[in-house]
Amino acid sequence: MRAEWQISDTGSAVPALTAARLMVARDLKLAFRKRSQLVQPLAFFAIITTLFPLGVSPELPVLRPMAAGVVWAAALLSSLLALELLFRDDAQDGTLEQYALSGRSLTWLLAAKTATHWLLTGLPLALMAPLAGMALGAPAAAVPGIVGSVAVGTVALSLIGSIGAGLTLGIRRSGALLSLLTLPLEIPVLIFGARAMELAIDGAAYGVPMRFLGALAVLGLTLAPLAAAAAVRINLE
Amino acid sequence: MSDYRLAAENVHLWRGDHHVLRGVGFRVGAGECLQLTGVNGAGKTTLLRTACGLAYPEGGEITWRGENIRKDLHAFHAQLAYLGHEPPLKADLTARENLHYWVGVRRRIERQEIDRALERVGGEGWADRPVRTLSAGQKRRAALAGLTLMRVPLWLLDEPTTNLDTEGQGLVGELIDEHLQAGGLALTAVHHELRVSAEGLQRMELTLG
Repeated sequence: MRAEWQISDTGSAVPALTAARLMVARDLKLAFRKRSQLVQPLAFFAIITTLFPLGVSPELPVLRPMAAGVVWAAALLSSLLALELLFRDDAQDGTLEQYALSGRSLTWLLAAKTATHWLLTGLPLALMAPLAGMALGAPAAAVPGIVGSVAVGTVALSLIGSIGAGLTLGIRRSGALLSLLTLPLEIPVLIFGARAMELAIDGAAYGVPMRFLGALAVLGLTLAPLAAAAAVRINLE
Repeated sequence: MSDYRLAAENVHLWRGDHHVLRGVGFRVGAGECLQLTGVNGAGKTTLLRTACGLAYPEGGEITWRGENIRKDLHAFHAQLAYLGHEPPLKADLTARENLHYWVGVRRRIERQEIDRALERVGGEGWADRPVRTLSAGQKRRAALAGLTLMRVPLWLLDEPTTNLDTEGQGLVGELIDEHLQAGGLALTAVHHELRVSAEGLQRMELTLG
């Protein structure tokens, strides 16, 4: 019998960046085919920020001092809502195991998955945040500060969350445990994010808390994918 | 002939209090297929997962080309393909898209190669259908197409004929034969004997401890 293929030690192995790009493309395609999962955290964010004035006061001068805190708390909870799904589907259908056995760096591949998670939740939240902020009394001049703080802050939230998602991978209904694990680590992000937004709403300079947010995002970028990959490997055993 | 060889020596592994693998050893070289048999719970899947580095043995070692697989796990993984009980496919992608993303992460792959692989497993008619609409046997065939596209020397297959009809079971035997012919080696966990040519075939039965 004649072999129809050739075996190769190294073959035409793809670079890590190409593998990561494929991972992003796959997850984006899957997300747009399952739109309900995509819309859920955004709807949750919209509901919280819409219900808040109904429960407190419709007066903008009353709402304005609370706007940053409300928008940020809603963004954090919405981001958390989507985290449970970050690795779960891939673990259940065996594709995560295949990525772990692909010979490519699992750290890179999980970093790509986390980047996609941010593209699908963090970025839309950052784009929705000014609308929520303005509905709570934030001036139009604060839009860049609001978008910036949520955009950078949610990068840190996604990265920190990826560690929790990896650690709770083997646990059924892991939502509560995931929140318990990640919320304490996410509090600094909430504090600096809300502070930056608050200063932007007040028309003051918000560079200092933004730098801290940026530092948290960079710290997450350097450590979280490594920790998430180690957690996933343990759970795959 | 290449120096491809997978060996296990005195491998011990526990699952909690259960001593699943008790001093297991084997040696498989290029062009050879080792069929693992045994009753449910005897440790076939555990041995396969240990052999591919997913499970850590408490004792003994697994070597690939004479080196402990733990020495460079990434390099070892780049040379193996593992198929577990369930075909590793995304339900919302088509069979073709699944192969593109699954195999594409490992090696550059052309659309024509995917077409040929799907054709080989009889998948022309359902290649562009979402996997969730496929039968269990068609999903297994799509996974087998992915296996052939990997172009790696070592195949680790857990019950590769599950859900396949008689013709599909014959196909698995043919694919393994072609793989061995190309210089590869295979380790398979089976309940029913695979239809592979006798040359190079080894059998090992695991028993309950």
